[in-house]
Amino acid sequence: MNPQAADGAPVVLAARRISKSFSGVQVLFSVNFELRAGEIHALMGENGAGKSTLVKILSGFEQPTSGEILLDGQPVKLPPNGQAEALGIVIIHQEFNLAEHLTVTESLFLGREVTRYGVLDRKFMRAETRRVLDQLGSHVDEMAQISSLSIADKQMVEIAKAISRDARIIFMDEPTAVLSREETNFLFRQVRKLREQGTSFVFVSHKLDEVMELTDRVTVLRDGQWVKTAPTSILDGESIAQLMVGRELSSLYPAKQEPSVDEEVALSVEGLSTNYVKDASFEVRKGEILGFSGLIGSGRTELMEAVAGLRPRLSGEVCVRGESVPSGDVHAANRVGIAYMTKDRKHKGLLLNSRMTANLTLQSLDKHGQYGYLSPKSEAGALERARRRFDIRVRDGRVVAGRMSGGNQQKLLLAKVMETEPDVIIIDEPTRGIDVGTKQQIYHFISALARDGKSIVVVSSEMPEIIGLCTRVAVMREGRIVGILEGEEISEQEIMRYSAGLKKKSAA
Amino acid sequence: MTEDAVETKPRGRSWRDVDLRAVAPFAALALLLIVGALVNPNFIGLNNLANVATRSAFIAIIAVGATFVISAGDLDLSVGSMVAFVASIMILFMNSGVIADPALMLAAAVVLTVVIGAACGLANGLITTVGKIEPFIATLGTMGIYRGLTTWLSQGGAITLREPELQALYRPAYFGYIFGVPVPIVVIFAVTAVAAFILYRMRYGRHVVAVGSNSDVARYSGIPVNRVRTIAFVIQGLCVAIAVLLYVPRLGSTSATTGILWELQAITAVVVGGTALKGGAGRVWGTICGAFILELVGNIMLLSNFISEYLIGAIQGAIIIIAMLVQRSLVRKS
Repeated sequence: MNPQAADGAPVVLAARRISKSFSGVQVLFSVNFELRAGEIHALMGENGAGKSTLVKILSGFEQPTSGEILLDGQPVKLPPNGQAEALGIVIIHQEFNLAEHLTVTESLFLGREVTRYGVLDRKFMRAETRRVLDQLGSHVDEMAQISSLSIADKQMVEIAKAISRDARIIFMDEPTAVLSREETNFLFRQVRKLREQGTSFVFVSHKLDEVMELTDRVTVLRDGQWVKTAPTSILDGESIAQLMVGRELSSLYPAKQEPSVDEEVALSVEGLSTNYVKDASFEVRKGEILGFSGLIGSGRTELMEAVAGLRPRLSGEVCVRGESVPSGDVHAANRVGIAYMTKDRKHKGLLLNSRMTANLTLQSLDKHGQYGYLSPKSEAGALERARRRFDIRVRDGRVVAGRMSGGNQQKLLLAKVMETEPDVIIIDEPTRGIDVGTKQQIYHFISALARDGKSIVVVSSEMPEIIGLCTRVAVMREGRIVGILEGEEISEQEIMRYSAGLKKKSAA
Repeated sequence: MTEDAVETKPRGRSWRDVDLRAVAPFAALALLLIVGALVNPNFIGLNNLANVATRSAFIAIIAVGATFVISAGDLDLSVGSMVAFVASIMILFMNSGVIADPALMLAAAVVLTVVIGAACGLANGLITTVGKIEPFIATLGTMGIYRGLTTWLSQGGAITLREPELQALYRPAYFGYIFGVPVPIVVIFAVTAVAAFILYRMRYGRHVVAVGSNSDVARYSGIPVNRVRTIAFVIQGLCVAIAVLLYVPRLGSTSATTGILWELQAITAVVVGGTALKGGAGRVWGTICGAFILELVGNIMLLSNFISEYLIGAIQGAIIIIAMLVQRSLVRKS
C-alpha cells in the first residue's frame, strides 16, 4: 500500500452527482467519485449495484443522464465508443478486445500504425512493442499471435496496449477472475509499478482479499447509490461486505435441509471426461443441493453440459436412478429427468423475440397436444401456472422475453426448465445479473424444489451463494474435481484454497 | 419490487398492439389496388384480378415453402432450377408411355413429381446440415446442378408433353374452376392454409421459429436443430413440386430457361410479406400477399403505358430493397 503517494495527490478524474437511467429505470442515483493521481481505487458493490454503469460513464461508453465529469478539474463530455482513449482513459474489459488473428505487435498498434513513406514500419513497431513489454517485465513474444496466448498474457497485452497509448487512467473490470494466484501476483506487481509512475487505476472486483492487498482507497456502491469512500487501511473485509450488502446476509438464504444419508442417489457421474474435463465423478442424492465452485474456466459448465447431453463425453458414465444416459443426447437426458439451466439466458436460454408462452413451452411441446398439434389453451394454462408459481411479474402477458427485466427472464427460464418435470436440475449461475430481491426468491425456489425431492446441482461463481445454499460443495480446478467439501468445511477460505490449487483431496 | 405491481388480467386488444410488420404488406397491397384502379379502370375488374392471382400461383406456392426455409434461418436459391428439373422429369415420364391408361399414368406422374421434389429438397437440406455448408453456397451449387441436368435432359431445347389424351386430361388442373374459382387460386389458398396451420399451430412450426431465431436456444431446449432445418428444405421441395403440377398443364412443355430468377421472386415475396430474412419470424399469409404484390406491380405496368414492361425485373429488384428498408425502419420503431 502506498497511501502517502495518493493522499493529497491531485484528483485526475471526478464524477459529480452522476445519475443514469436506462429506458426509465434509474440505475445510478447522484453518485460521487474521485480518482487521484497515482492511486489504486477499488470500486465495490453487489451485482447490479451500478459499478459497471459507473465505469462505462467514466470512460465515455455511456453518457450520464445528469451530473458532470471533471477531468483534471475541468468539466468534460467524454467522447463515446472508446475515443476517450485519446484523453488517456482506458478500460481493460473482462472479455478482451483483442483480434485473435493479429500478432501482439499488430494489436498494440492497431488503428495507429506507424508508416514510413506510406509503408508500415514493422521494425520500429516491433522494437517499440518489445520495449513496452520489457518495461512491464513480460516475457510475451511480440510476434506471437494473440490466439496462442494464455489469458494472463492476453491481459498483459491489454495493459501494454494501454501504456503504449499513454493511459493515465486505467479501469480494470474483474481482472483477476480468470487468473491463477501467481498470475495475479505478477499483475499486481505491474500495477504497483505503474502506480509509482503516476498512473491511476480503478479496480472493480469481488475478491475482498485482493482489494485489501492492492488498493489504496475503496468506494462502495449499493443499489445505484454511493455508500462510502474510505482508505483501504481503515477497513477490513467484514466491514466492506457489510457496506456492500447493507443488511444481515443470513436472511437471504432459506434454512439448509440436509437429506438423510441413506436417501437414494438420483444422479451419479463416474469418471466423466471431455476435451477439457478430466475424470470427474460425483453423486447427488434425492432432495440434495450440491454446489459446484471454482474459478472461471475451471470446467464446471463443460462438465454440466456433458452430463446434460449437450456436449459429447469421451468417457465416463452418467446414471439417473441407475439408468444409464447415452452421451451427447439432450433428448435422452431430458427423458430420464435431467434438465440443465444455462447461465447464458440471453443467448442460450430464451428466444428474446418470442413471447413468454413460446419460451415457456419450447422444451416441453409434447405436453400440449397430440400428433404434433399444439393447443393454445393448454399452453396458456401452463403460462398462467408458471407466472403464479415463479412470481413472474409483467404488465402484459404478451410481452416478448427480450423486453423483460433480468430477474423476470431468469424466473421464466427456470419455469421453462421446470416444465420438463425433471428430477435432476442443474442450475448454472442461478442469479447472474439480477437484483438482490429476485435472488432471494430464486434461492427459495431452489430450496423448495429440493424439499420436493428434486436433486439440484448449483454451479456458481458467487461464493456466498454456494455457501448459503448447498449442503455439499464440489470444487473444480483446471477440468478436475479437486475436492468435495461437507458441513463445517464449507467456507470461503477453504473453497478458495481448493480452487487456487493450494489444497487437494481425491473426489468423494 | 412493489412498483412492479402486476395486472394479471390480459387487456383487450388495442390498436397499439397491432404489429406493424404484420400489417405493412397488406397495407401495401391495398395501396397498390387503389393505384391500379386510378391508372386503368379495367384493372379493378374481377376478371383482371383473378387473372393476376392465377398467374402469381407458381411464385406464391414456392414462396410458401421459402417461408419455412427462411424462418429456419436458411436460404434456398435452387428453387427456380428445381422447377425446371422436376417439370422435365415429369414430362419425360409421361412421354415414356410405360403406363397405358392415361388416368393411371397421370396419377403416377403426380406421385413421381412429388417424390422428386421432396428428394431435391432433401438433398439441399442434407448438404447444408450434414455437409455443414452455408445454405447460400449449398443451394447455389444445387441451383447449377438442377439447371444443368435440365439442359442435358432437354438437349438445350424444349421438352413437350406429346400425348394429346394426357394433355386433355391434365389441362383442367390449371385452366379449370372449382365452384367458379380458378384451380390455381384454390391451390394457393389450400397450400397456404396448411402451411399456416403447420407454422402456427404445430410443434414443428414452433421448432422452425426457434431454430431460426436462435439455434443455440433451440439446441439447449433439446430441439433436433438439423432435422428441423432439413425438413424445412423438404417442405420447400414439396412446394416446388406442387408448383410444377400447376405449371406443366399450362404450357405442356418446359425448357432450360424455365423458372429462371424465380428464386429471386420467391425470396422477394417472403421478405415483402414481413418474414425476417435472418430467420425467426414466419408470416405465411404475408408471403402470399407479397407474391400478389409482385404480380400486381407487373400488371399495373402493363396496363399503364407509363413504364416499359421490359423494366419489370428492375422494379421487382427495387421492391425487395425497399421492403428490406421498410422492415428495418419498422424494427427500429418497435
